[in-house]
Amino acid sequence: MCGSMLCDICKKAEATVHLTQIVEGKILKVDMCEACAKAKGVQDSAAFSLAELLAGFAPEPTAEESQTEAPVLRCPSCGMTQADFKKIGRFGCAQCWTTFQEGLSALLKAMHKGDHHVGKVPGKAAHTVVINEKIKQLSEELQKAIRNEQYEEAALLRDQIRMLEKKLNAV
Amino acid sequence: MTLDDFLKNPMEWMDADGPHRRIVLSSRIRFARNLCAFAFPGWAKKAERQRALEVILPVVKKLPEMESCFAASMDALSALDKQLLVERHLISREHAARNVGSGVVINQQETLSVMINEEDHLRMQSLKSGLQLKSAFKVLDKVDTELEADLDYAFSPRLGYLTACPTNVGTGMRASAMLHLPGMVLSEQINQVVQAAGKLGLAVRGLYGEGTEALGNVFQISNQTTLGEREAEILERLNKVILQIVEYEENARLSLLEKKPRLVYDQVGRAYGILTNARAISSKEALNLLSLVRMGADMGMFPAGTHRVMDELFILTQPAHVQKTVDRKLTAEERDLCRADVIRARLKDLPPPREDSAEPAADEPKETV
Repeated sequence: MCGSMLCDICKKAEATVHLTQIVEGKILKVDMCEACAKAKGVQDSAAFSLAELLAGFAPEPTAEESQTEAPVLRCPSCGMTQADFKKIGRFGCAQCWTTFQEGLSALLKAMHKGDHHVGKVPGKAAHTVVINEKIKQLSEELQKAIRNEQYEEAALLRDQIRMLEKKLNAV
Repeated sequence: MTLDDFLKNPMEWMDADGPHRRIVLSSRIRFARNLCAFAFPGWAKKAERQRALEVILPVVKKLPEMESCFAASMDALSALDKQLLVERHLISREHAARNVGSGVVINQQETLSVMINEEDHLRMQSLKSGLQLKSAFKVLDKVDTELEADLDYAFSPRLGYLTACPTNVGTGMRASAMLHLPGMVLSEQINQVVQAAGKLGLAVRGLYGEGTEALGNVFQISNQTTLGEREAEILERLNKVILQIVEYEENARLSLLEKKPRLVYDQVGRAYGILTNARAISSKEALNLLSLVRMGADMGMFPAGTHRVMDELFILTQPAHVQKTVDRKLTAEERDLCRADVIRARLKDLPPPREDSAEPAADEPKETV
């Protein structure tokens, strides 16, 4: 098969359309003649899925392809994967709660009385929550002051916000 | 302080007479807490667990509540010592299986213990005599607030305290009480209690928690959910249900005495007979018989204070405690002989049950502890 390539579909005409797509971490390649490409709707790229097309004729997976696995959800902090969590039933670290949060709400609702915390809040966190609220409120006032061209007032508000932000970073 | 010296002190929660002590042996509050900086103990590698322990241990030890405490790394304790702590309800069975990178700190009165690197970085518990969930909570809440000043807890405003297991997230709180319910067992009503509690989101378990048998008619009742409800609401709900169960138990005992007095005297009398004469007895048999004598004591068949002796024997007849009396490892058969000796020695002055004076005693006067 030197020089020219035969169409993967009809195996007769010369392949002039070369497609490469990455689907779920796997590289899919197809070489087709113009007639077959048209028949499969390759021109219409939006509606075209290489995977669907390939489903019609199983491609020989290369050694490279079979080694690449579908990307897995992995906690960036502790390295736990979804499969690990399913197996152990315990999270690996605090960050896991964010990493695997999708679908968690349903699980928590089934397990508990609700899906959000209403109990004790540690002092440090309470502090942060209060300051964040204050900053939000002052920012709104600042926008209003600017709209009304009350620049002295705006400058005052801006300084207050900066001070609170400093406080927040110091925590 | 060595563990031996430490264990010579009486357990305050057992010695004190809390409210409803006849039926509620103890109240316990447990918080699960984690640090943001380290992977959870079950997932962390040994080195990371050790680093977490090095950060947490000094902070716990310097708590004012932990003055003259017992503190140890789990690998420094023998299997027997760990078992002793389990039998005294100071550490969990899971924690007893841990070694390097885990630790425990217990106050002298044995009312407060902190397990480090159990399933979560911190598992702290407060224990009180009788039904005192709120006061046990107050103690632990203060300790938690003190610890939080020096430790960076993993906390999310939406999900609360983040734990290794989703079943603990939110408050991280498990509140429980140990109930002695021989009346419910004898009148075969106990299964109804277990089922009703389940419907109210509460779990009923055996003497040593999850997956254990209800030996000696002792049951542990606890909340199952930790998210979407305030701590005070959880305690209120549990407290209400416990008071209800206490009432059922009192009624069951009254009705047994009224309808089947012979059966009650027979059961208590036989229990007394075996305990004061046996030369070999298993832990299971001992617990079940001690339970009957304890009920007899509540019914006025034994001198005042007998129930406290029974509570003490509940713990002293456990395998590790029996071995501690001779300070060496014993086979199961040797333990049975030794256990019978311990019981006979402790009960040598206890007179046989009095049938005539047996009357349903009212609940003891409540003492503030």
